[in-house]
Amino acid sequence: MRIGTFKQSYVADAALFDSRTQHVWLAIAGLLLILFPFTANEYWLYLGCLVAINIASTTGLNILTGYTGLISLGQAAFMGLGAYTVALLQLHFNLPLVLNLLAAGAVAMAGGILVGIPSLRVKGLYLAIVTLAASFIAQFIFANFEFTGGTAGITMQPAQVLGVPLDTSFRLYWLIVPVTLLMLLGAANLFRTRIGRAFIAIRDRDISAEVLGIPLLRYKLLSFGLSSFYAGVAGGLFAYFYRVVTPESFPLTMSIFFLAAVIVGGMGSILGGILGAAFMTMVPEVLRLVFGLLPGAADLISLISPIRLVLFGTLIVGFLIFEPLGLAELWRRTRRFFHLWPFRN
Amino acid sequence: MMAMDWGYLFEVSLTGIASGGLYALAALAFVLVFKATRVVNLAIGEFLMAGAFLFMTFAAMWSMPLWVAIPAAVLACGLLGAVIERSMIRPLIGEPEFSAFMVTIGLSSILVGLAELIWDPEQHRLPDFMPTQPIMVGEAFLSPKVFWGAMTAVVFIAAALLLFRFWRGGVALRATASDQGAAYAMGINVPRVFSLAWVGSAMLAAVSGIIVGSIGGVSSTSMGVFGISVLVVVIVGGLDSVLGALVAGLLIGLIEALASTYLGGEYKLVATFLVLVVILLVRPYGLFGTREIERL
Repeated sequence: MRIGTFKQSYVADAALFDSRTQHVWLAIAGLLLILFPFTANEYWLYLGCLVAINIASTTGLNILTGYTGLISLGQAAFMGLGAYTVALLQLHFNLPLVLNLLAAGAVAMAGGILVGIPSLRVKGLYLAIVTLAASFIAQFIFANFEFTGGTAGITMQPAQVLGVPLDTSFRLYWLIVPVTLLMLLGAANLFRTRIGRAFIAIRDRDISAEVLGIPLLRYKLLSFGLSSFYAGVAGGLFAYFYRVVTPESFPLTMSIFFLAAVIVGGMGSILGGILGAAFMTMVPEVLRLVFGLLPGAADLISLISPIRLVLFGTLIVGFLIFEPLGLAELWRRTRRFFHLWPFRN
Repeated sequence: MMAMDWGYLFEVSLTGIASGGLYALAALAFVLVFKATRVVNLAIGEFLMAGAFLFMTFAAMWSMPLWVAIPAAVLACGLLGAVIERSMIRPLIGEPEFSAFMVTIGLSSILVGLAELIWDPEQHRLPDFMPTQPIMVGEAFLSPKVFWGAMTAVVFIAAALLLFRFWRGGVALRATASDQGAAYAMGINVPRVFSLAWVGSAMLAAVSGIIVGSIGGVSSTSMGVFGISVLVVVIVGGLDSVLGALVAGLLIGLIEALASTYLGGEYKLVATFLVLVVILLVRPYGLFGTREIERL
């Protein structure tokens, strides 16, 4: 039960997490995140890292689509930009890891701003198609240019941090999860600033926002830039995680995956991004598990990929029709129930 | 640098324009839905795929004669369109346009998955039904399948345009497209028009899917690629313009043929997308699209 959250100062009122209950739960969650790698096996660690990478990228797309209202079908391509940047820098210059990740974010950001330029004149579906075009052009560059290694892609060595090679999921966990948490914190705080509120205003009605004195082009480009920065860093983590980057690593279905994660999780909600990415990443794994339990599992392996497609599609359609606010809303409803529990409200 | 071979260029352009006719037919299916319901159907390629697969099932697996199999496939696809409209699109009337758009993304994923479950992800050949006599236009050779495909497309486009113009349902459709409220007030059953638009669009898509499939074969993913080109066509032409769909269809067909011949097959999509971006920067509503005036 959580009642009586009184605030006595503006600082307390403006806090990101404002109640004792939240602090306790956050502490528990933090503890679980720290304990997780010591108890989980290799498979679950792998999944944990994958979920974290997807959360980072989904949050980026949520900034653009959920908060600014600009649809993008190019999130995977921006991730690809980041991943290739990391792989190339690692291969040729062997710079420190943090610099590589920042460079990945910066390159993706530049790409995002470039793609965002038409967004002032072009809206809605037209914009989605422009991002689709951008993602095909990026794919083309990855596959056909000399320096990206063509269709074979780039294979890289494990990154070194203080002489320790990041070659197992256990070690990578300590890179990926903190970076993701940092980015989540950044995104959560973003929407308490002028910039984030401007994004929300643009989403709700862009012309009204401009009348209110928000320069549309600048903020739309900023939203594109930030979103692809997140994608780029996530792509960098992806490169460190898999240590091989090929043009096939970032197909269009991956962009749709992120869009689905944003929708299923809840557009315009940080928590939604987390829930959506985790849920969508786990769906195929659960599917595989269920199939493993069925008799004659070996014959059914080839069915997993089409069933996954159908399931993804059904999730997108189902959530849009029955729960447009996504998992985040379900979560809020559950939480509200327990706020006054065991008393009826 | 090789000297320019004008005869070859003519031949390539001819093939390009002929396959552009197929884009135009599929684009017409897209525009039909968009004009009437304002829903952007991203799953247009998957409708083509459904039509081609249904035709294959009827003709090759159940060995129906062609004159039964083709109409049966088209009708079955129309039924699919009706089911989809009722179950997925109608619940979203009144929601933001974005929702319906996203639903069609989900729909395309569902259709591809189902196709892989029912048939398989391999490339399939459709039964041949077009004449195989080579077509010569002057000196230039034109593949008979492409030629007859384009001719069929022209016939269906003309039929669709005549239906829009003179048939009662077509008039209702145009009325709904131009002003939904007024159409309601005039006694037009607008939800029924929505269904009609989806059924008609699915049937046109099935026709073009059968033609495209019999030229290049059909797999669960190949039609998706075709569908992306169709999207480029409708965007370049302007989403709500029938004329735009036709002109842009020919234009994109031509550009794709030239790009893949003179630059290499991998440049095909990139070239069309570059054209798309340039046209959108110059004319954000496409070549013939209506400029939307937004008011607060």
